[in-house]
Amino acid sequence: MAEQIIFYVLAIVIIVFSILSVTSRRVLRAATYLLFVLLATAGLYLMLGYQFLFGVQVSVYAGGIMVLYIFSILLTSHAGDNVKKVSWKRLLPAGFAAVAGLAICGHIIYHNVYKVVNVVAADPTMQEIGKTMMGTDKNEYLLPFEAISVLLLACIIGGIMIARKR
Amino acid sequence: MSNIPLEACLLVSTVMFFAGVYGFLSRRNMLTILMSLELMLNAADINFAVFNKYLFPGQLDGFFFSLFAIGVSAAETAIAIAIIINIYRNLKNINVDEVNKMKF
Repeated sequence: MAEQIIFYVLAIVIIVFSILSVTSRRVLRAATYLLFVLLATAGLYLMLGYQFLFGVQVSVYAGGIMVLYIFSILLTSHAGDNVKKVSWKRLLPAGFAAVAGLAICGHIIYHNVYKVVNVVAADPTMQEIGKTMMGTDKNEYLLPFEAISVLLLACIIGGIMIARKR
Repeated sequence: MSNIPLEACLLVSTVMFFAGVYGFLSRRNMLTILMSLELMLNAADINFAVFNKYLFPGQLDGFFFSLFAIGVSAAETAIAIAIIINIYRNLKNINVDEVNKMKF
């Protein structure tokens, strides 16, 4: 029962703040709403039993990326600035695409997803996660791990190249 | 999680994804467009984790997919923000309508 209440609170927080974060007229406020969405997502991971994913979500998204966003918002706009009003001609197709996609996906999920699922597996332990990340057998992820490390290296070099003064 | 239906989790992530789609199409500020993109990526991560937990409970595939997706999106955001700040430095504007100097 408590689990259900927590889940529905998290779901309402996610839905309300994600809609607010794309409709708010102030950029800094939109970033704050996005932070709430990301933290509620971290809570959802914790409910699923993925403590490691929870830690990664909080430290990378809520800690790292949001700080980058807030700094860049403060660098590129003035404190009281509002986003310019967008004309109805722009909003209408965007709203139509979102609502139509939501309707189609909602219909598919409601009619085609398993109705009865019983979760019995234990939560993955840290040892298991480490072995899966570092193994080279089937269903183990050393190669993507190395690819991510090369990607991050390329990202560091690209960031330096873009941001340096000429 | 056994008494929460799978559809409820999927519905949450679907609403989040299409909020991102709406923001991506309607916003004009580059940073807010990037934030909508972040919402969409996050919804995909939730879907990976939820499908892993409910449908393939003994494995860790979806878990690792969302872990790597978080890493990729962090790299992408860092580079995109570097580019946006560079554009602001050169043109004093990050509105997608008004940044058209490199068009011909």
